Amino acid sequence: MRRVLQFVILLGAMMAVASCSREDRILRQPPSANDTLNTIQISGLNPGANLIPTPPSSNMYQESAYAVAEGQKLFEEYNCVGCHAHGGGGIGPPLMDRNWIYGSEPGNIFATIMQGRPNGMPSFRNRIPEYQAWELAAYVRSMAGLLPKGVSPNRPDQMNVKPSESSTPEQTPTGITGVPEQPK
Amino acid sequence: MNAARSLIPDHLLAQAMPLDPGRHHVLHAAAAQAAHVEWLYWVIFWILFLVFILMIAAFVRAGAKARVEADRPLPILEKDEKADRQAGWGVGAALGITVITLFVILVVSVITGKRVEGLTSKNPVTIQITGHQWWWEVTYPNSEADQTVTTANEIHVPVGTPVVVLTNSNDVIHSFWAPNITGKRDLLPGYSSAFWFEIDKAGVYHGQCAEFCGLQHAHMGFSVIAQSVTDFQAWQQQQLKGAAEPSTSEAIRGREVFLTHACLMCHTIRGTDAGSRVGPDLTHVASRNMIAAETLPNTAGALAGWIVDPQRIKPGTQMSPNPLAPDDLQAVVAYLQSLH
Repeated sequence: MRRVLQFVILLGAMMAVASCSREDRILRQPPSANDTLNTIQISGLNPGANLIPTPPSSNMYQESAYAVAEGQKLFEEYNCVGCHAHGGGGIGPPLMDRNWIYGSEPGNIFATIMQGRPNGMPSFRNRIPEYQAWELAAYVRSMAGLLPKGVSPNRPDQMNVKPSESSTPEQTPTGITGVPEQPK
Repeated sequence: MNAARSLIPDHLLAQAMPLDPGRHHVLHAAAAQAAHVEWLYWVIFWILFLVFILMIAAFVRAGAKARVEADRPLPILEKDEKADRQAGWGVGAALGITVITLFVILVVSVITGKRVEGLTSKNPVTIQITGHQWWWEVTYPNSEADQTVTTANEIHVPVGTPVVVLTNSNDVIHSFWAPNITGKRDLLPGYSSAFWFEIDKAGVYHGQCAEFCGLQHAHMGFSVIAQSVTDFQAWQQQQLKGAAEPSTSEAIRGREVFLTHACLMCHTIRGTDAGSRVGPDLTHVASRNMIAAETLPNTAGALAGWIVDPQRIKPGTQMSPNPLAPDDLQAVVAYLQSLH
């Protein structure tokens, strides 16, 4: 009985240790080389196997909450929301459903961002570095629920039905009377 | 305040605070607000200095009185009503003095707070300062959109004019701290607040983010450039103009590179297609003294190094590395340096 108990405790401890992998944050992202040039397809027709870019080792972006959150930030900053809204779609297709016109693998999404697609999706090659495209691809996948819940960011603040707790009415400096005028 | 300060020689102060006193120093006020804070500092300093002297004196006296000789046994204390009463009065008096002293400090603190806060002028210069990881966006709002000046990290203000600063943050909590001008002010995301100051001595004052805000918190500096009203207005008129048209062939090529590479995804140059608000506005980047939030001097070499590999200079910064071809890099630097 005691042996069984010892074994169970040891097993539990081993499992706990295994779950303690520390997340690496990449501070110096690899500069974008011209590696993707060859994998950028002009049309669906190409000699040999159908190449899609291979993502970097999956835990680099897909399993890093930091990278996915960066992707969420870039999604807004680079105005992806302009067409795709916050995943709901509009001018562009929705990204939070199960339909993938050009594939749901990280490499597919990366290629979509880098090459652009017919009917409006612009190409961001040369405009954004590759690591950011991978971060965006990871975030796009998280919107469709393809990433583990632990790394998926929450909905953006703008989508909350009530204002966030930190937002308060604007403050004015004490003692100011009237509206500040502009210097002439 | 100055009478209180003059009791300590300047070279001792300089030793206590080795930063350049003219640019970044709590005890070299350049604005009325910082002078109030400095006054408070010296009042509390001398009160506490007096307390310290009294404490040491009492300690020395007690030590001298209760000397015990090594070979003699400790005296057996007998109950002494009179001595007990005396001790009781002594403790009571000390307690009373402590409470009064703390109360005095509280009152002068509140008075200082009121003095720093209060503003009666109706005609201040208004500046919106937004904290970003890791730089400062500075906007001079105006009801006319084309009269709004946007710059970064270098805050030009006129001397002798009240300046109202509206604060906000784009990501995390930052803190605006220019010790020669006023106390610290936190910039909170989603929470707009305001403070004001009035600088009475022209000069360039250094400021620093004073609330830990991430990896490059230490490289999040800014400067406040206080200048005469006419100089300020001239600067403002210059900043209102669109970007200068490049004149040399290299600069023209540089603009082409800027608009066809990653630069335009984040930066604005008014008068070109680049209009993103993620990074600092570069319309008049050559008019600034420093780049990367007071991290590098605004020289061709520093610009080139910053563009190619900002992650080496400020690891974790939001700007991505840009492996440009040498010719393209030279051209972009030439273009940026032409944006006066």
